[in-house]
Amino acid sequence: MVEEAKQYIIVKLGEDPYGIEIKYIESIIVMQKITRVPKAQSYFKGVINLRGEIVPVLSLRKKLGFDEVEDTHATRIIIVRLEEQGAAIGIIVDEVKEVISLAGSDISKLNYDDKNDKATYSLGIGKFGDHLINILNISAMAEQDKQN
Amino acid sequence: MDVSQYLEIFIDETKEHLQSLNEHLLILEKEPDNENTINEIFRAAHSLKGMAGTMGYKRMQRLTHDMENVFSEVRGGNMKVSSELVDILFRGLDALENYLANILESTEEGTEDNEDIINALNNILKGGVGGSQETETKVATNTATANIVAQATKDDKHKYKNIKLEEHEINAIKKANDMGLNVVGLTVYIQESCVLKGARAFMVNRTLEEHGEIIKLDPSAQDLEDENYDLDYSAFVITKDTPEILAKAAANVSEVKEVVADIYQLSEVDKAIVTASNEAMKKQKAKSGKVPTAKKSVKQVVNRSVRVDIGKLDVLMNLVSELIIAKNGLISVSSESDIMLDSAYHEQIEYLERITTNLHESVMKTRMVPIESVVNRFPRMIRDLTKKLNKNMELYMTGEDTELDRTVIDEIGDPLMHLLRNAADHGLESNEEREKVGKNPVGSIFLDAYQEGNNVVIEVRDDGAGINVDKIRNKAIDKGSITEEQAERMSDKDIIDLLFQPSFSTAEEVSDVSGRGVGLDVVKTKIEALGGEIEAKTKLGEGTNFIIRLPLTLAIIQALMVNIGTEKYALPLGSIQTVENILISSIKKAQGKEVINLRGNIIPIIHLNQILDCEKLEVAEEEDANELLVVIVKKGERYAGIVVDKLIGQQEIVIKSIGKYIKCPKIISGATILGNGEVALILDVNTLV
Repeated sequence: MVEEAKQYIIVKLGEDPYGIEIKYIESIIVMQKITRVPKAQSYFKGVINLRGEIVPVLSLRKKLGFDEVEDTHATRIIIVRLEEQGAAIGIIVDEVKEVISLAGSDISKLNYDDKNDKATYSLGIGKFGDHLINILNISAMAEQDKQN
Repeated sequence: MDVSQYLEIFIDETKEHLQSLNEHLLILEKEPDNENTINEIFRAAHSLKGMAGTMGYKRMQRLTHDMENVFSEVRGGNMKVSSELVDILFRGLDALENYLANILESTEEGTEDNEDIINALNNILKGGVGGSQETETKVATNTATANIVAQATKDDKHKYKNIKLEEHEINAIKKANDMGLNVVGLTVYIQESCVLKGARAFMVNRTLEEHGEIIKLDPSAQDLEDENYDLDYSAFVITKDTPEILAKAAANVSEVKEVVADIYQLSEVDKAIVTASNEAMKKQKAKSGKVPTAKKSVKQVVNRSVRVDIGKLDVLMNLVSELIIAKNGLISVSSESDIMLDSAYHEQIEYLERITTNLHESVMKTRMVPIESVVNRFPRMIRDLTKKLNKNMELYMTGEDTELDRTVIDEIGDPLMHLLRNAADHGLESNEEREKVGKNPVGSIFLDAYQEGNNVVIEVRDDGAGINVDKIRNKAIDKGSITEEQAERMSDKDIIDLLFQPSFSTAEEVSDVSGRGVGLDVVKTKIEALGGEIEAKTKLGEGTNFIIRLPLTLAIIQALMVNIGTEKYALPLGSIQTVENILISSIKKAQGKEVINLRGNIIPIIHLNQILDCEKLEVAEEEDANELLVVIVKKGERYAGIVVDKLIGQQEIVIKSIGKYIKCPKIISGATILGNGEVALILDVNTLV
């Protein structure tokens, strides 16, 4: 089965690389002052002003259950928008590395396990050279928080 | 003919016509002899038929045609208006509304023929004109109208000749004659298929104005623009050109069928009037020393209006919001530097501030819609309910011209409908019961809208039995919503508020009108989503009153900026009463809660920093350790004191949604962007009271 190659942005949490499909990404911005929202989900750091739009920002580290670290000059917020006219969401990562292309055959699916949050957030493991990249299921992450 | 470009206009106008038909039918039922009403109905039905035909909606056209036949009989006095007749006509209107809904969805009218309604209409026609065959009737009416038209074309094409002129108009004609100018009378006939009669008339008139001056239009310019005329209208023009030139020019406008024109001659009577009045005028002239010119009074000042796409208004509103944010930014930058010392700069900033405020107000006003567009369907609904519930009742409405933001108007219809249904079903007793207790057997429901400060208040009131508080109390205990102990302590008002809780219906029987237990809580949620609030007042035996308060504007409000801990929050100014310095020592404890006694009112104190998990501001504690800054807010009759750390000042803020991804407590109603680009959260303090 040959699938067309998709492009992914490689971000890092510590040393671990993660991939986010490029079609969801609107922009990548440097760290900003985040306004805390009381009583929100713990992984949501708050909201920022993105060119006049209020955008909620979540910490990918906390969402995936890792410890948080201090922000550095490499810390970035990735702005993703799942639907063209929909709301944006910001994802804080330690570092943004590069853009790569992966064919469908380069990605091996994980066994689905609905007891494990981290598995639902993964679309599979991509093989890029010597590296194994965890491809993030952004829409699953966002849908979970969507409220009616 | 490609008609898709007219679809929007068609939909808008069909809506208007249907609404007008609904309203006038209700009037007609009460005043069967009201000639204006039946004419109005006839006109609306006729336009509707024409438009549906032009757009190729055959079924719609057929149904309106049959309804029109009935109206025509009523107009001719051959048929009495009965309740059954009105029922069938209303069913017809509902069917037309369904067609329209289909068209809105798919641009197709659908395949429902509504044969039963058409048959019912035709049966009535048969019965109404004394048993003659349906086809015959149809032919008869058709030939009758045809005859009239034929006659009109033969004798009366120059319709302008029969128009009665005003004195000043005769005067102007005479003057023109004296000056050697022609006065031409015209009658313009528009093609039956014309979709935009108003626009056509406007174009014809513009063409005529190139040749001279229009001194009279019949119907008036306003009516022409609003399409309040059949297919012809007349005009009088003062010109140097001949009638033929004018007629040709006017006929050149597309969709004009025919134009007849001739020199208009004043009759002797008219001339006499003018001479007489000229004498009088001369006298007056001698007195006042100025002549009122005929020209001024003839030229009508027409209120021009444009239909604007709602999306465009939203874009405009967003841009204004951006502008205000930018202005706030400018102010905050300049206040941090020395530039503020420059008085010229200061002046310009103030000027800018004035403009943005005015601009905001103007844009807000364009978005304001009279509440009429929502409430005008309610009389019809109450009529239906009267029949369904077998209860006689009247709806009295006031303040239909009260204006609200369009977004609110769109959302407020359902809650109001709910409340009215509630009032009709549960609020009012049956006619017999009413008679027994000595009330007017016909129940009354009132819908009053008015503006109060920065709020619009809508009251839905009935003169029914009122809410039995004890019944609710018992029911709540039965259901386990509250314990008996709690019930003891709760005031009547608290008990009534229980009605707004999910799945709480007191009606013993569930009817399809209301009483499914999904009423009042939905109403409350909806109104709170609009930034408003609802309360109920009731008096046993006298009736119930639901009071809705809605903010005038949604997008931009005045707010008090405060510091809580290290964070900035915005408190909407609307709910704030006063700001007080309270000595910590004056805070008392009552039932485990902190309260203060402020000028006789016992007010609970709320520590926002605890609710919002804010970090304590270290500095503030050192400064004024024995005093607290308390913002007093009021909701309905209740007060609360909210402890804040520092006041920053009053500011115009733009409300932005915080989005659906992040979960935030009820108290946070949105966010706003400050002058320096930071985000501050807006607190809905009403939720704390």
